[in-house]
Amino acid sequence: MSGLSIDNLSMRFDLPNGTSVQALKDVSLQLAEGELLSVLGPSGCGKTTLLNIVAGFLAPTEGQITLNGHVVKGPDAERGMVFQQGALFEWMNVRDNVSFGPRMAGKRKRDWGQHVDHLLDVVGLRDFKEKAVYELSGGMQQRVALARCLANDPDVILMDEPLGALDALTREKMQGLVLKLWKETGKTIILITHSVEEALLLGERLLVMAPRPGRIHREYRLPFADMGVNADLREVKKHPDFGQRREEILGMIWDMEEEIMGRAEESA
Amino acid sequence: MIVFAIYIAIFVVSFFVVKFVVHKTATDYTSLKTVTFGDESAVTPNRIASVISVLSIFLLWGAFTGSSYVPRFLHAPGPFIGDAVFTYTAEAEGQAPDDATVTVRVFEVGTDVDDPKVAPGEGWAKNDVDTVGAWRSGLIRVDRNDEFGRSDGHKIVAVNGQPIAPGQSVQTEFGRVGMSPKGTLNFEPAKGWQMEPIWLPPPEAVWQRLKETARDGYRDSTLAAHLWFSLKRVIQGFFLGALVGIPLGYAMGLSNWFRGWFDPIVEFMRPVPPLALIPLVIIWAGIGEKGKVILLFLAALWIMAIAARAGVSGVAISKVHAAYSLGASKFQIMRHVIVPNSLPEIFTGARVAMGVCWGTVVAAELVAAEKGTGMMIMVASKFQLTDIVLMGIILIGIIGFGIDILMRMAEKALVPWKGRV
Repeated sequence: MSGLSIDNLSMRFDLPNGTSVQALKDVSLQLAEGELLSVLGPSGCGKTTLLNIVAGFLAPTEGQITLNGHVVKGPDAERGMVFQQGALFEWMNVRDNVSFGPRMAGKRKRDWGQHVDHLLDVVGLRDFKEKAVYELSGGMQQRVALARCLANDPDVILMDEPLGALDALTREKMQGLVLKLWKETGKTIILITHSVEEALLLGERLLVMAPRPGRIHREYRLPFADMGVNADLREVKKHPDFGQRREEILGMIWDMEEEIMGRAEESA
Repeated sequence: MIVFAIYIAIFVVSFFVVKFVVHKTATDYTSLKTVTFGDESAVTPNRIASVISVLSIFLLWGAFTGSSYVPRFLHAPGPFIGDAVFTYTAEAEGQAPDDATVTVRVFEVGTDVDDPKVAPGEGWAKNDVDTVGAWRSGLIRVDRNDEFGRSDGHKIVAVNGQPIAPGQSVQTEFGRVGMSPKGTLNFEPAKGWQMEPIWLPPPEAVWQRLKETARDGYRDSTLAAHLWFSLKRVIQGFFLGALVGIPLGYAMGLSNWFRGWFDPIVEFMRPVPPLALIPLVIIWAGIGEKGKVILLFLAALWIMAIAARAGVSGVAISKVHAAYSLGASKFQIMRHVIVPNSLPEIFTGARVAMGVCWGTVVAAELVAAEKGTGMMIMVASKFQLTDIVLMGIILIGIIGFGIDILMRMAEKALVPWKGRV
């Protein structure tokens, strides 16, 4: 049984002031191998919590996650992670960052050297491999983070707003890169984002989550990621369906935010 | 006070002079900024000001000690040297008041001096002579050679024509003439604005002393040995402190139990100044090497422990998460993430600890030691060898500064990413 299976996941924790928070409630989801899922939702809908549970950094209070037939207990090299801010190791140069996973697994350089060089080529950092990471721009740092994750050859890649801190132009280029890498490597990817457009572009499947308690609100299957693999992303955005979906989802999230505001006013 | 006023005057005048004379032709980015007031990044030390600052300290030092390094016309007025003359008016029972002169030869202390030659003069009150060292004062029994002594009611009523009584004094052009409660005159020659070498020796005296001490040593040890002893203690104490403190800090940053156990101890010991431990350490370990090293160990220990703890706490959790999801083990995360990530904090702590250790070792040697820089200046001060004291202070400053520079260089080489993340 391959693929990622999230079954009846709930997450509830106590706050110091005696109340408790239901961050996730009864979330279930099946993800086949090689699927690209983007997760969208207003802040506080538990999407980062969900990702942290899948990564194994948090233990759910109920339910479980199964990957390729075994239950996820903690962080593991089979589930790679890309963070909003590179989370790179400043004391290593670009190549040492990218080869971190294989090196920690005790592999020799002759085993990972070519693979790492190839990945640096793919992300366009061939000439920067001896550079210190703090000398790179934000976009380049995120490319290092992507390459580092791929160098470890994980089954699932988890991305927590990986492009959130980049400027609009860099972001667009990076979206193309993510699609390209997805197609090339065939990895299962879960991508969390705040941007509706990005979620539409980079989601073969799109999950809209609702807050309080965090739950799945709506799920879509979208053609745009496949279109984007072969075409210019700008062209994809011009597609009439794209605009329609964007308005639909924006409205959905807008309503949720309104509701939250309303509830806050009521209780105040 | 006047020194301070002159210093401020040099500060202000040199500012305007430099501003007027030096026209910056820089065309870098900062020079194009129009808003520099309030923009900290646009403020860089003016090196001309630094040079003038150092020079003016030496200039003031030389001018107010009569240094030969400073041209004579810049010297502050020195003490009066030469023959001072004043007259006194004496009364005795049944005699008319009579005047006589007093000639006092004021000489530089340390040179040979003869009494001035003066004729005894007319009248029953005779002229007197005496010698007094510059910056000193002396009692002058003018009645001794007079025809009528104290048994005849000899009494001085005026100096230079100005009336004087016991406890009062009269200013003359050569200095102050006072009268003791018993009616004896004392003469204090004018001191001028210069400092007596016993308070502040001129720069050349300190330089001379430096060469002398470097060659012949002081108190059975050469200067280098004194300095090296202090430095060695600092290095030993600091390394022992770091050796224990850094692992302790790591343990406190990584384990609840360690954090809970050592928090009260560290938080209690941190505000205790190491100087306050000197008496206890002397009681326990004596004044020898062991006591000093224990003291410096304690001085460095808490600083290094806190720095290492802060270094561990400062690891961005995303870095640790990233390492875990890349398959690193706990040991590998320690070795490749936590330790390197804490290095900047540890270097900051090490710089502070080195500074504190250096200060503490000097203080500990001031209290009690057989060798060391602090001991050297302490013993010298007891013999009023102010030049050795000054030399010691200057060397302590230079070495402390040198230590900090070395630490900064090491920091730059080992943690180049500090402040750039």
